[in-house]
Amino acid sequence: MNIVLHKLQGGSRGHHQLLAGLGLMLALGVSALLYIEHYGHIVTGMNNQFVWGLPDVFSIFLMLSGPGTLSIALLASVFGKVEYEPVAPLSGLLAIALVFTGLMLLMLDLGRPDRASQAMLHFNPKSVLSWNLYLYSGFMGFVGAYLWSLMEPGMRRFTPWAIGLAFAWRIGLTTGTGSIYGFQVARQGFDSAIFAPMYIALSLSYGLAVFVLVLLLACRSNGIPLGDALLARLARLQVIFIGVALYFVLIHHMTNYYFTRNRDFERFILFDGGIYTNLFWFGQMLLGTIVPFALLARPPLAQLRARIAASAALIVLGAFAQLYVTILGGQAQPLPLFPGHQVSSSFFDGIVNSYTPSLSEWGLGVLGLALVGLIVTLALKLIAFLPQRLDDAALQKYRAKHALAAS
Amino acid sequence: MAGRSTQRLFIVSMLCWLAALLAVIPAAWAQAAQGSSSRVPQPVIETARGGECVADPSFMRRNHMKLLMHQRDDTLRGGIRTGKYSLKACIACHASQRSQSVTAEPSNFCQSCHNYAAVKIDCFECHANKPADSTAMQQDKP
Amino acid sequence: MKSQNLTPHGDAAGTPSGRRGFLAIAAVGMTGILLAPGVRLIEIAQAAPAAGTTSAGAIAKVRWGMLIDSNQCRSGCTDCVNACNSENGLSGGTLPTDSQWIRKIEIKDVRNGKTQSLPMMCQHCAEPPCVDVCPTGASFKRADGIVLVDRHRCIGCRYCLMACPYKARSFVHEPLTHQKPDVPRGMGTAEACNLCVHRVDRGEAPACVAACAAAGHAAMLFGDLNDPASEIAKRIASYSTRQIRENLNLDTGVRYIGI
Repeated sequence: MNIVLHKLQGGSRGHHQLLAGLGLMLALGVSALLYIEHYGHIVTGMNNQFVWGLPDVFSIFLMLSGPGTLSIALLASVFGKVEYEPVAPLSGLLAIALVFTGLMLLMLDLGRPDRASQAMLHFNPKSVLSWNLYLYSGFMGFVGAYLWSLMEPGMRRFTPWAIGLAFAWRIGLTTGTGSIYGFQVARQGFDSAIFAPMYIALSLSYGLAVFVLVLLLACRSNGIPLGDALLARLARLQVIFIGVALYFVLIHHMTNYYFTRNRDFERFILFDGGIYTNLFWFGQMLLGTIVPFALLARPPLAQLRARIAASAALIVLGAFAQLYVTILGGQAQPLPLFPGHQVSSSFFDGIVNSYTPSLSEWGLGVLGLALVGLIVTLALKLIAFLPQRLDDAALQKYRAKHALAAS
Repeated sequence: MAGRSTQRLFIVSMLCWLAALLAVIPAAWAQAAQGSSSRVPQPVIETARGGECVADPSFMRRNHMKLLMHQRDDTLRGGIRTGKYSLKACIACHASQRSQSVTAEPSNFCQSCHNYAAVKIDCFECHANKPADSTAMQQDKP
Repeated sequence: MKSQNLTPHGDAAGTPSGRRGFLAIAAVGMTGILLAPGVRLIEIAQAAPAAGTTSAGAIAKVRWGMLIDSNQCRSGCTDCVNACNSENGLSGGTLPTDSQWIRKIEIKDVRNGKTQSLPMMCQHCAEPPCVDVCPTGASFKRADGIVLVDRHRCIGCRYCLMACPYKARSFVHEPLTHQKPDVPRGMGTAEACNLCVHRVDRGEAPACVAACAAAGHAAMLFGDLNDPASEIAKRIASYSTRQIRENLNLDTGVRYIGI
């Protein structure tokens, strides 16, 4: 039996409420944006000590989840896991929506966004942010080509090319995102080659969590039967991804602690960093890693749905905690200008600074989330991305037919 | 293929759009030809303080933007300060006698034509719009 | 409800209809039209800086640098900071959002309590991390070693603020008025000490160095590091000098004695 894709049925009250809610969020976000544009960054909590603030946390989350949601499509089309094929289009759509919004949020936080075209006209080959422009647009292009090859009748022969290029770009993109931090020698919290693979591992975990949440929501609101077989596979995948991400995070912190020159920073994050320590242990480690891992390690079938939804939500929360600790914690610690000395100056050297995100920064973050929601909701309505059935029987027949055809 | 009522709606809206265009364009044309009743004041070219400009007005009118765009790279990135093409010198000459500025009031040198042409000036977000030795500049010192 | 088939053997959907073919051609055409101006703009952008650099201007033979003798710096003296603020039109405020191009740093050895005072500004590295990370090339090193921000190109991404090992860069958080004519600066762009490039190009020393010399402290020296006959080169050749965060191998233009 064939898996038939269809468009989301709109017109229901729930659908309208969702659109209205997202529209309201968008309006709030846009007004925050205009406020910052007009008055300058002085109205935000960012300053010369905390250079990248909350909008960057949201932006990096989106830019990590985007390539991560493509994992499903990669498993389907690159690694030949047939059971993921029906949801590969949804995976591609999410990848594009998240990466687009992440990049947009980054651009909107610029001091002079009206000059964004300068980044396209003048390319600095040594700047990771410069590469990112091409990595992100290339990624979106190749995933778009992949979706087209999947969904346009008769174009399946291009799928291996498109997904292969998307895969290569996906690795490059997340390497680039990680290297934004990894290539900075200035701060003890960055300055590490491990950022690139660590961000790839994190993106796998975050992306899958976002994918699971969207899949559950879409299936539930549209009456698409979602079988336990697919959910069990996703749960197992999530556990693996959590484990891999945890490995890289552990290596990063262990190495930082081992190096005498970075130990101050690690002590700060792990023990006496106030909000950063709390977010690290409670947010990133406990809620974002250990609890989801425990929930999904050996889930009883009856609780599978609830557990996977809870884990996905917790992983997303943990993601925000992790990015807050990395990006803002890395800036809170003073630069090691004179090791072995107490330093003080009028420019806040030598002290741990504190940062409070302003309402307008939350507004920008809300703008990002609203835009992703709107893009995905509208795309699902306008284009056929969702399969009609994802229950066990349908998937089994699909697999059988595919295996038969392949043999 | 769209239904009959959709087709009709489409045609009606196109006709409305066309009608609006046909109504507005001659009116705007007539107003522009008249000149005196236009909403945006005609540009006022205030006499500059200095002697002669670095090039004649017809050249400047057409090319000052090109000079600004390319000379600034030579000055900033190349360190070439010819003295002839210097933004500071332009401002020193063209600043209004009354406001000591080229953009403070709508009739000042840069602002006047740019208001008329509706081209936003970005330069003075960063560059001082007053000459260094103006009395106004003196007052601004902290 | 329209649906599309996702079978691996896509049954032949038929040749593209006339409408599809037209859309395909239109899409390609539009892409070409959209890309073409960008290609042209890139040509112009790449061609522009080449013009005019052959005549007098910054040359690579010279490398401007500073030598700061922190033994001569008094704790609490801010002559250099005040001079910089007034020369460059900075507010002199010390809020977390205020720009500071130069600051006095007081350091104290934790083991023996020895204190030292020194000014810190952009170090004008030969291998500046801020130039490496700038996505538009706005942060650049001039031929004579002065590291500058081209505010015509700066998009305000603040990557250079993150990347600077000395926290030398500031970001302008609010609209500015009453800039000094010699020192354009504006909202939404990054900025830092530019070695008073407008003074250097006139043959003068930076304002901080001039003020320190005028007050008789003799803590700051400015000159051409590449000229063996210059005072600064002679001193660096005879005395032991240091760069801050030497291990980063950035080859800074600002050297220190006494730290």
